[in-house]
Amino acid sequence: MHGTRVTSRLTRRNFILTGATAAGGLMIGIGAGPRSAHAATVMAQPWNDDHAYAPNEIDSWIAIDPDDSILIRYQRSEMGQGSMTAVPMMMAEELQCDWSKVRIEYASPNRNIRENKVYGGMFSNGSRSVRASQKLVQQVGASARERLIAAAAARWNVPASECSAAMSVVGHKPSGRTLRYGELAADAAKIKLAKEPAIKTPAQFTFIPRAMPRIDVVHKTDGSAKFGMDAQVPGMVFAAIMACPVPGGKLKSVDDSVLNGAPGVLKVVKLPNAVAVVATDTYWRAKRALSRLQPQWDVGAAGTVDSEQLSSAFRAALSEPMLTARNQGDVDKAFAGATKTFEAVYETPYLSHSPMEPMNATVNLQPDRLDVWVGTQAADEALEAAAKASGLKDEQVYIHNGFVGGGFGRRDANDEVRQAIAIAKAVGRPVKLVWTREEDTRQDKFRPHAVVGFKAAVGADGVPVAWSMRAVTSSIFASVGRKFPAGKVEPQTVAGLADNGYKVPNMRVESLVKNTHLPVWFWRAPGANQHVFAIESFLDEMATAANIDPYQMRRKLLAGRPDWLKVLDTAAEKGDWGKPLPAGSGRGIAICTDTDSLCAQVAEVTVTPSGEVKVNRVTVALDTRYMVNPQTIAEQAEGSVIFGLSAALYGKITIKDGAAVQSNFDTYRMVRLAEAPKIDVHLMPSGGKVWGGAGEPATPPIAAAVANAIFAATGKRIRSLPISDHNLAGSA
Amino acid sequence: MITIEVNGTPKHVDVEPDTPLLWVLRDVVGLTGTKFGCGIAQCGACTVHVDGKPMRSCSVPIGALDGAKVTTIEGLSSDNNHPVQRAWIAEDVPQCGYCQSGQIMATVAFLKDYPNPTDADIDTNITNICRCGTYERLRRAIHRAADMMKA
Repeated sequence: MHGTRVTSRLTRRNFILTGATAAGGLMIGIGAGPRSAHAATVMAQPWNDDHAYAPNEIDSWIAIDPDDSILIRYQRSEMGQGSMTAVPMMMAEELQCDWSKVRIEYASPNRNIRENKVYGGMFSNGSRSVRASQKLVQQVGASARERLIAAAAARWNVPASECSAAMSVVGHKPSGRTLRYGELAADAAKIKLAKEPAIKTPAQFTFIPRAMPRIDVVHKTDGSAKFGMDAQVPGMVFAAIMACPVPGGKLKSVDDSVLNGAPGVLKVVKLPNAVAVVATDTYWRAKRALSRLQPQWDVGAAGTVDSEQLSSAFRAALSEPMLTARNQGDVDKAFAGATKTFEAVYETPYLSHSPMEPMNATVNLQPDRLDVWVGTQAADEALEAAAKASGLKDEQVYIHNGFVGGGFGRRDANDEVRQAIAIAKAVGRPVKLVWTREEDTRQDKFRPHAVVGFKAAVGADGVPVAWSMRAVTSSIFASVGRKFPAGKVEPQTVAGLADNGYKVPNMRVESLVKNTHLPVWFWRAPGANQHVFAIESFLDEMATAANIDPYQMRRKLLAGRPDWLKVLDTAAEKGDWGKPLPAGSGRGIAICTDTDSLCAQVAEVTVTPSGEVKVNRVTVALDTRYMVNPQTIAEQAEGSVIFGLSAALYGKITIKDGAAVQSNFDTYRMVRLAEAPKIDVHLMPSGGKVWGGAGEPATPPIAAAVANAIFAATGKRIRSLPISDHNLAGSA
Repeated sequence: MITIEVNGTPKHVDVEPDTPLLWVLRDVVGLTGTKFGCGIAQCGACTVHVDGKPMRSCSVPIGALDGAKVTTIEGLSSDNNHPVQRAWIAEDVPQCGYCQSGQIMATVAFLKDYPNPTDADIDTNITNICRCGTYERLRRAIHRAADMMKA
């Protein structure tokens, strides 16, 4: 498959940069007025089928052709977060090349094995694609640039120190001579530097931060972008699968005689915990045949578990001894001497990730080679899982990562890859395995269910002087299969609580893990996505009880933390905090840290007399510390708000008889365009030692901002999600 | 044997008549731009035009389509030059991109009926799900496309 290269134009941006940029320049009002920018390109099929060496390679990452076109390999995943544009931009910053002549493809996970992990970690999670690549990718770009300069210096017989590089040209200022990168690449490839050059500090950046159109947009407007779902392998057959609806259950039996002689049905494959039907001509045939089977499952005691039991058990566990995650002052002493205390319990449900592209994998298993086409957030981990499942060596496995149709944390478990390999073993042909939407929902590894118990004592001024937070949730690490050291607090179990920025003299945050038969997983902003709703709502309760404006209450508690105050103040100011609203409408505010970034949001909400909640407008202030491509950061902030809003308003996986009740978008509702608020994003990178993430930190605050706005509009406090579970009729 | 015209080319397909158009397009004709999202006409990722009307192809059996003219995202233009595609590129709409074929096909059909769309018209008629949350840019792109088509 070969795509066409198309250059796209970006003519309008909708975000606003406030204050100093990472590079130290002032970029206020960049969003005003149209501007175009030439983009680098990517093929419609982002992977390289043969995982071979490109002509004119400088190293494993970069090839420069005689016509100056530059191939940059991107080593992580593109699932909509824009890192396939941003990470090569960081390399282009150091390489000092002409961005319009750059083309990008996925780095090969197989080559990563063959070349001693030359690409480093290949996963996209934890909002790390850009920030965890930064040093490595800058170093690769800087080295290549210095080798190109050294090649030119040698050609001219001048000191390299007299030469410099810009826009894919090396120049020698004293003599005015120039050589294009394309003329130097072959020589540069042979040069070994005596020592690695220092990478640029953000203050030295000249190319980034810069708003650039995403390289993949063009292919995503004409149907040519290849996702894992779109893999076409000669001779492939189609598989549909149903795993035991109760996680941990086993396939007891299945009467497959009902499919005897069914046209197009190749085989019924029985796996330890699932049954699959393989058809020769269409996926539909496999799916329909599967629906005719009535598998019997051995579900054990888990088959009697339901949401009510889990909720009761988690709430009851609030009084059990816990591990301490954070402790300052003396909370117990402060409570003993307190005149006024508050207590409340908050609860958040299991959630499904529900990316638009249902889970799928296509495999071609041969005796000495395995090819896997899949959209994965972690191609390196997929390779390891595939090698293990097939019995082949790592270097015999080729993962062809596609454009990923949404991940949000779901696409790094590789369960679909293992299933597809097991089915391929059974049928001896290339297999495309596709999950139905129902399977995708039920067999998700859910966002954990969580209960948080708060107790706070306030002083005469209504400001908290002691604050206890006790969280009960499940261990993601346990589901992943990673042991967490006994006695240590798993970060996700207290994220959003223990990392709060508030200055309260006595504060204690505790954690208790309660695991169930339900697997739980990383879900956009793990931990914070559940706990920030709780802490930011509870703080609102204290503020309103003391008749303190919720924004001012946060200002008091964040005194001395200028970076927190700046995002808070920006959200409040740009979100028109304090300006009058009609009856039935209200504003709510919330703030958090996540992935080393800060995000504050103001939501403006109207509650209708019939109790319908309409989120009219959301103002986002986001400090990612540094930026590469503000365009994609702003897109991530908007997307995070919508993602978090679907969860806040509607999201809930209910458990009945041990299994998920919801199955498709008719029962697991999503925000659609008509419900999407207007979103204003304000980016304010504050610099510092650590780069912050962009993909997740705008997710956690929205639920609290909306719930607090509902309180402002109605006086009704929401202490559990989703909001649609609460009857707000007549409350406004 | 059922005959449909896909993007101007006649296709003779030999599948069971209850096979949805989506799977004929993807697995038989081999056009993968039309996406499978839910299978129950909820999300709209599979939207194509059947005789000029938008249809969620996951829920349209091929047996009902003998002689129909089907347009998919691949048949919308030869070089990304349909105003809706140009507007999508100009507004940098897609993120993961999986739903966007359906969003674009829904919008093309919508703008035929609503050449001067209001936000309320868009809210009522563009109901496809986007999990990445591109709605704000999508709305702007619809207005931009409408303007381009008038110009």
